[in-house]
Amino acid sequence: MADMLGKGIRIEGLHKRYGKGDTAVDALKGVDMQVAPGETVGLIGPSGSGKSTLLKCLGAVIEPTAGRMTLGEDLIYDDGWKIPDLRALRRDKIGFVFQAPYLIPFLDVTDNVALLPMLAGRSNAESRKRALELLEALDVAHRAKAMPSQLSGGEQQRISIARALVNRPPVILADEPTAPLDSERALAVIRILNQMARQYETAIIVVTHDEKIIPTFKRIYHIRDGKTEEEAGEGRAFE
Amino acid sequence: MISLAGRDIMHAWVKFVFTGVGLGLLIGVTLTMAGVYRGMVDDARVLLDNSGADLWVVQQDTLGPYAEPSSLYDDVYRGILGMPGVDRAANVTYLTMQVRQGERDVRAMVVGVVPGGPGEPGQPGYLIAGRQITRGHYEAVVDIATGFKLGDRIQIRRNHYAVIGLTRRMVSSGGDPMVFIPLKDAQEAQFLKDNDAIARQRRRTAGNPAFNRPGTPGLLDAVIASQSVNPYINAVLVQIKPGFIPEEVAEPIRRWKRLQVYTRAQMEGILIGKLIATAAKQIGMFLVILAIVSAAIVAFIIYTLTLGKIREIAVLKLIGTRNSTIAGMILQQALGLGMIGFVVGKIAATFWAPIFPKYVLLEPGDAVRGFVAVMVICVLASFLAIRAALKVDPAEAIGG
Ligand SMILES: Nc1ncnc2c1ncn2[C@@H]1O[C@H](COP(=O)(O)OP(=O)(O)OP(=O)(O)O)[C@@H](O)[C@H]1O
Ligand SMILES: [Mg+2]
Repeated sequence: MADMLGKGIRIEGLHKRYGKGDTAVDALKGVDMQVAPGETVGLIGPSGSGKSTLLKCLGAVIEPTAGRMTLGEDLIYDDGWKIPDLRALRRDKIGFVFQAPYLIPFLDVTDNVALLPMLAGRSNAESRKRALELLEALDVAHRAKAMPSQLSGGEQQRISIARALVNRPPVILADEPTAPLDSERALAVIRILNQMARQYETAIIVVTHDEKIIPTFKRIYHIRDGKTEEEAGEGRAFE
Repeated sequence: MISLAGRDIMHAWVKFVFTGVGLGLLIGVTLTMAGVYRGMVDDARVLLDNSGADLWVVQQDTLGPYAEPSSLYDDVYRGILGMPGVDRAANVTYLTMQVRQGERDVRAMVVGVVPGGPGEPGQPGYLIAGRQITRGHYEAVVDIATGFKLGDRIQIRRNHYAVIGLTRRMVSSGGDPMVFIPLKDAQEAQFLKDNDAIARQRRRTAGNPAFNRPGTPGLLDAVIASQSVNPYINAVLVQIKPGFIPEEVAEPIRRWKRLQVYTRAQMEGILIGKLIATAAKQIGMFLVILAIVSAAIVAFIIYTLTLGKIREIAVLKLIGTRNSTIAGMILQQALGLGMIGFVVGKIAATFWAPIFPKYVLLEPGDAVRGFVAVMVICVLASFLAIRAALKVDPAEAIGG
């Protein structure tokens, strides 16, 4: 994996300090991490260890204090943002999956997914076509015309995965995506993420506390006190 | 790109429609208030139009006959007739009072006019039924708004009149319908005293040695006779000859007859600038308050709708929606609400305007101005919500 320079996600020596002076908190103290395209890794660690902070830095919603980040082929952070339009970066290069699906309640399933390509300037017809392809791949195409409130929790989570994938981003960041699901559904979500990672050559980072899914990762980053350690995972369950 | 605002409105249409209807009724009241003012102005213009006059000759130093009391001798019109440029001149009296018919009575403006055909100043210009006043006594032409019918017998003071003609939109500047009666009767009605008062006055006159002189037979009778007629009128209505400018006819009358003369433009200025000015200000205050209340309602509704969507807005921002798109969504919703409100308000006002006792004139120009005002208010009212939405941090979508 280490030879895949310039692909997937690379983080080197990332620091993040919240606040200033006496009250400053060093949430990240030199994080190194690398995820290849097509790979799903777990990010685990105790509460307050800096998981969400790392995800927010990667998601370009908060600014790190120092270090380097590369997404796909783009250097996005090197002791300062290297990309002028972070909004467009998030739209085109990063997919987000959250603990709750956070679908837009007033859009139907298709448009919830199609909204992203539309925001990127694609036509409605093309955006919906892409959305339907993904809904089909995720086995929820039969719910394409439903409103989010009419879906089960697992279905909603699959829609949010479709939304994360629809602009074919090189990276997907998932924050506790299985927390509200029972173990069968949780494993199904992870299986889908793995499958999508391989199918669309996407690097996926899954932040989780969830004991049920930790054994499924081949590689796990353990974050403790603002620093990461790489561990080999069991990598089972996807035969 | 799909319309986020439109989809949200469709999704929560019940809320939107209810709020829109509430706002609409408020807007309807606002439009009606403006219509009440327009109606008053129109009543004033119609009053002037219907008098058929080019000039109003009234008592010196008064704003008569509508805005202030004015009284002239009933023979001054003869002198005015001789002035250059004067075509016709006719006496007129105005008195607002209760007119009785059977059990009920109606507040009306009783106009005393010189009997004659249409076109005589002061006479109603056109009738919708019946005929003009031609006899010198006890005939009346009434506005249809009085509710009287042809052939009704109506009572003004102690005298009875037969309704012989009906007219329409003949109202005083206060909106009271008019009742036209012959001038002589009207003068009597203004002056008429009850029998006790007449007897008392006779006794007083007889007791005054200046009038009741021994050796001057007939003096007391002459004085008493002069006391029991009313030689006064309120104004002389003048029509000018073609080719004359009103002001050039008015000026010599002012100078030589030492009377006040108003042209049509001046009269309109008096009615609108003085007589209904306070009412107009009153309505203006209402309009201001209603505008503020509407703005507060729109602001509050749009703000709460936006606060209810903070999560979604954070997600929209996180996935790369521009601030302008989000602001546009909120703005469009505010405008949509305003649009529903305006349509409901316009319909409501159109339906209830005819039920109002006074004339309510809904001018298309006011509707356009009202629409623009509603839209501006909606834009201003959405600022608060847009500010709240733009402050949302996309990191909130990721959570702790
Ligand atoms: N906005 C902030 N300002 C100041 N300190 C912060 C802020 N956000 C997080 N921290 C601190 O940074 C550290 C890491 O927080 P973070 O949210 O990344 O932890 P986490 O690993 O996601 O924890 P959890 O598993 O409970 O979600 C914590 O000590 C936290 O108190
Ligand atoms: Mg966290």
